[in-house]
Amino acid sequence: MNKVLGSAEEAVALIPDGAAVMCGGFGLCGLPENLIRALHARGTKNLTVISNNPGVDDFGVGMLVRAKQVAHFIGSYVGENKEFERQAIAGEIKYTLVPQGTFAERMRAAGAGIGGFFTPTGYGTMVGEGKETRVIDGRHYILEAPLHADFAFVKAYKGDTRGNLVYRKTARNFNPVMATAARVTFAEVEEIVEPGRLDPDAVVTPGIFVTHVLKGAYYEKRIERRTVRQLQAV
Amino acid sequence: MDKRERIVRRIAKELHDGDYVNLGIGMPTLVGNYVPPGVDITLHSENGMLGVGPYPLESEIDPDLVNAGKEIVTELAGTSYCSSADSFAMVRGGHIDMTVLGALEVDEEGNLANWMVPGKMMKGMGGAMDLVAGAKRVIIAMEHTTKDGGHKILKRCMLPLTGAKVVHMIVTELAVIDVTPKGLVLREIASDTTVDAVTKATGAALLVDGEPGRF
Repeated sequence: MNKVLGSAEEAVALIPDGAAVMCGGFGLCGLPENLIRALHARGTKNLTVISNNPGVDDFGVGMLVRAKQVAHFIGSYVGENKEFERQAIAGEIKYTLVPQGTFAERMRAAGAGIGGFFTPTGYGTMVGEGKETRVIDGRHYILEAPLHADFAFVKAYKGDTRGNLVYRKTARNFNPVMATAARVTFAEVEEIVEPGRLDPDAVVTPGIFVTHVLKGAYYEKRIERRTVRQLQAV
Repeated sequence: MDKRERIVRRIAKELHDGDYVNLGIGMPTLVGNYVPPGVDITLHSENGMLGVGPYPLESEIDPDLVNAGKEIVTELAGTSYCSSADSFAMVRGGHIDMTVLGALEVDEEGNLANWMVPGKMMKGMGGAMDLVAGAKRVIIAMEHTTKDGGHKILKRCMLPLTGAKVVHMIVTELAVIDVTPKGLVLREIASDTTVDAVTKATGAALLVDGEPGRF
């Protein structure tokens, strides 16, 4: 078994117009930036993109937004992208906001074969309107549905040729849960290693969830907020 | 001392040794600068980190390490990482002892509005709805009134809610207020104000149980 693809371009060639695509990443951290760049270059249209944020104007999912490739965006926060805001106000893009924990859990449910779940998040707010509610042990809950996709773009630190993945620091974020929730999962990594080179105890995403693995050609890893402290004399 | 510093210094006194704490973006983040001596807390960041350290030196910058405000941070001895799904299991599952968030409006039932204003573009709730639904204690850090003196503490919130009956305590530059089943109880007032002035700046009834403390 060898799941290695030659390039991000080979991966995105499998994605038709109108597909639903999950993109890992939190802000610009832990982004599958090579797959996004390749999908942008290919010009695939009318996409539903499922990602916590739509990136910034010229990087991450924002590249797809700016090129008008995204018909519907599903995520939890869209406040860092001016072009997204322009398209949203002009009615050029449809978007759905989901509380961040519900967003993660809906994908977890999709990947785990769960038909839905009751969560306290959003009860008594707009998010709960029109949804089935239940009182369990005296608490109010709302019913949320699983969130599936056709494809998932996942960024991991290293992967082996069988698709086992390890992550690095907060670049993990939504990547492991998205890997489980799509019909086809592409994992891009900084290094591909032979089976046996990853500590089996350290694997976060077992290869069963990964359809194809590829080495990202180039990582910009742009920083959204460059907060630094100065060395202080003691 | 400016208003914000007064607010976050007072909230820091609510921290207990051993607490797992989530601090919201903006003013709430500053609470972390005033942790009392002898109190050892662990900061949670909902993108998937327990044990958030200070901002890095220029030489320590790592783009794979950010907090929930997308700011570059550092790790500490004892830091751990997890997926966003596990991180929100900590939140919803009642494992976070305290969260501190800002507010546009809070009311006497503990309802909170802090995520959208009708007529303006909806930017999203991020993790706020999960945090208020799941944290054991929700403390609001905010200025007592709007810039033009309008009430933010109300009988009923007018704006769309982030959570219903979720707030436990409100701390402003003027007062420390507990949300109780009987209503809002004025616990403390700032050293340079009066009960009368706080009452006038508040759009809901304040119950006063004896002489309020000073902070």
